[in-house]
Amino acid sequence: MLIEILFYLFATILVLGALGVITSRNPVYSALALVLCFITSAAIWLLLEAEFLAVVLVLVYVGAVMVLFLFVVMMLDIDLEELRRGFTRFAWLGWLTALAVIVEIVGVVWARGGLGIDATRGTAALPASASYSNTLALGSVLYTDYAYPFELAAMLLLVAIIAAIALTMRHRTGLKHQDVDKQVAVQAKDRLRIVKMDPEGGA
Amino acid sequence: MITLAQLLTLSGIVFSLAVAGIFLNRKNVILLLMCVELLLLATNFNFIAFSRYLGDINGQVFVFFILTVAAAESAIGLAILVVLFRERRSINVEDLNTLRG
Repeated sequence: MLIEILFYLFATILVLGALGVITSRNPVYSALALVLCFITSAAIWLLLEAEFLAVVLVLVYVGAVMVLFLFVVMMLDIDLEELRRGFTRFAWLGWLTALAVIVEIVGVVWARGGLGIDATRGTAALPASASYSNTLALGSVLYTDYAYPFELAAMLLLVAIIAAIALTMRHRTGLKHQDVDKQVAVQAKDRLRIVKMDPEGGA
Repeated sequence: MITLAQLLTLSGIVFSLAVAGIFLNRKNVILLLMCVELLLLATNFNFIAFSRYLGDINGQVFVFFILTVAAAESAIGLAILVVLFRERRSINVEDLNTLRG
């Protein structure tokens, strides 16, 4: 009963947060509402005993991705009024699409009983004994059956790092910086000039 | 008891709100990226729910990979956004018509 109450509470917060993301006027508020969405999602995932992924969601998404979002939003000097223009022109289409999708999904799920799976079956599928560790179970699959996809994911992250750095790096002209190659390769005759002068009072 | 139908309904609502957000904020690239994140979150909900109710850990592995790909996607997307803003001084989607024939 407590789990149900918590689930409905978190679900309400999640839907309100999603509404906040799509309707707020300021992108900073949108990003903060998205942080709220991720945190409540992590709480619901904890209720579903997916502890490792809940922690990963908070650490990676709230800690890294959303901070990156906020950083970019605050760094760019955006003309909000220009972006808001035309907000209402396609709003009815958006809400209509959302309503249609909700009606379709809810209709299918509740009419067909969850696509052949007994939708009203309770929670008891996973072994929830005291010694069960979600991280251990996930790791034992991830490093054996999914070892190759895991390495591919690591490569993907590496490519993403290189791509992000290569995209945003720029060479500005007029900046003073050291060129180590030139510093090492310099010869004395490049820097020093011996000037022949007559002795003082010679002529 | 949280049932599968409740979870699928919640995921569907979040997914369709994100789709509506793409319609509503179709000019702002940052908000489009945020709506894509919300779409992926709703998808992850389905994976977690089915993993829980089928007693199959493989669903959670898929969520792990989706999180990885989504993080890489948003990093590159934001990098492109920064370069775009540097070039155009704007992130309006309607200004991005260089490739139009």
